[in-house]
Amino acid sequence: MSGVLVMMEQRNGAWNRMSFEALAAGQQLAEHLGTECSAVVVGRNSGSLSQELASKKLKKVYAIDHELLASYTADGYLAALEQFVKQEAPDYVLFPHTYRVRDFAPALATRFSQVLISDVITIRYGSGSTGSPMFVRQLLQGKLNADYRHTSQGPCFVSVQAGTFRSDAVQEGTASVETFTPQLLPDQIRSKPGEPFRESSQSVDLSSAPLIVSVGRGIGEQDSLSLVEELAQALGAELAASRPICDNGWLPMERQVGSSGQTVSPKLYVAVGISGAIQHLVGMKGSKAVLAINKDENAPIFEIADYGVVGDLFEIVPELTKAVLAAKG
Amino acid sequence: MKIVVAIKQVPERDAPVHIAADGRWIDESDLNYTINEPDAYALEEALQLKEKGGDGEVVVVCAGPDRVQSTLREALAKGADRAIHIECDDLGSRDTLGIARILAEAIKEEAPDLILTGLQSDDLGLGQTGVVLAELLGIPHATIIMQVELLGSGLKVKRELEDGWFQHVEMPLPALLTIQSGGNKLRYATLMGIKKAKSKEMKTVAAFPATAAPAVELERVFLPEKQKKTEMFTGSPAEIAAKIVEKLKFEVRVL
Repeated sequence: MSGVLVMMEQRNGAWNRMSFEALAAGQQLAEHLGTECSAVVVGRNSGSLSQELASKKLKKVYAIDHELLASYTADGYLAALEQFVKQEAPDYVLFPHTYRVRDFAPALATRFSQVLISDVITIRYGSGSTGSPMFVRQLLQGKLNADYRHTSQGPCFVSVQAGTFRSDAVQEGTASVETFTPQLLPDQIRSKPGEPFRESSQSVDLSSAPLIVSVGRGIGEQDSLSLVEELAQALGAELAASRPICDNGWLPMERQVGSSGQTVSPKLYVAVGISGAIQHLVGMKGSKAVLAINKDENAPIFEIADYGVVGDLFEIVPELTKAVLAAKG
Repeated sequence: MKIVVAIKQVPERDAPVHIAADGRWIDESDLNYTINEPDAYALEEALQLKEKGGDGEVVVVCAGPDRVQSTLREALAKGADRAIHIECDDLGSRDTLGIARILAEAIKEEAPDLILTGLQSDDLGLGQTGVVLAELLGIPHATIIMQVELLGSGLKVKRELEDGWFQHVEMPLPALLTIQSGGNKLRYATLMGIKKAKSKEMKTVAAFPATAAPAVELERVFLPEKQKKTEMFTGSPAEIAAKIVEKLKFEVRVL
């Protein structure tokens, strides 16, 4: 088929919304390359989902359907997608950079002697028709960006970071739907997946909090957390944290903001001693206003902060608490 | 049970970021190196599995130049039994597939029951080496693992999904798992451990020669452009606090 293929992710008939961001990326890439974009959905009886895609500007919608694909397994997805990509031979295969994609897409690329360009934040296009696109991804926890280029023969596999492309940029149109039935046998699938579950202790809902004070590695030790708690209390804000704080057991996991924790969009997000690794940023970049306090002026958190202080949080946070209390009278 | 832990040596987190003259990586002259944090959790999981089982062996493997031996030695001090240093001075010119190949060649001979590694590296952050390694070795894998339980001839693992969701997955051995941080508490090396590490075996092997040109190339690194105009506050802590309160009152309107 050549062109661009976008893999859309679904679970039990519900989309992972990041799929539409990847779809927008795929449509844009195809336009720049002067080619067409198609989409594929993997699962069992995903007819209504593929029908939904039939109203998008796509060359074709493929439904890879098999009873052994009812729930996700790496072995099942790998075997099915390998057969499909071999048959259709797209130039580019785009994925949303989800946890599931991280589980199988690197191995899919390996089957084509390729390497997935993972977690891409921008696609840049050359001015002429000769230059191949440049895929930008982050290094060193967001402190550095890098240009990656596909330099070999065969399909180019790319996953797109959450929030990089806008799902409302997906163009409407019409496309026909085709079913692809892969050859799969039960003993090819070596792992047995259980049903997804949530820990019962999940009782803190940060997603609706109007004010959040969040703390990261910069706090140094557990005993210092009280500094940040006092600021949160003064503001009437919920206390949250980046992953390392919860990993250390200093705050419960349910207070974690980021890709593995909660996604928040408060009126004010105060980031104290948080450097702003991408896994954290994806959970809070929807905040209306961000105040960052960090000793490292190159911390990536400042790239998305509205207000910033480069300095010692142990000096600034207590003063801020005092000033907030005074302002509230 | 024989467990291989694949670890990576990376620049320390607060390493200075100065772009190197060739524009493809950062200047390494002032860098201090440490174990990649998710790999430290993989090592911890391996040590705990061995302790729970009562017997077995934990072998740590790391590819890179001579300096990676310090990271391997540290892993031995924490309790690993043996170390394998895959001598490789050109890691930067190999892509994920090239690096997974040299790991696969070295690990194949060990024929481990279980391979653990961190879910991604703190420097390149590709999050793929473990999955590609499993694919090259032809063994099942699971990623972003919080807990590991041995079940007779197989494993039951707790896999992290997005937004606070989890899932259990069962699989046969041998298998490869990529470990998420936070599933365990990391141990420190004891003085006794450091002393013992000196007499433990560290084998150096040559890296498998590159057989193919890289499929993808890192062409250039650069500092990120700011996405937002940030208003920076300076002054004494009290002055800064007063300026922030002003903004919170009149611009953000939350006070």
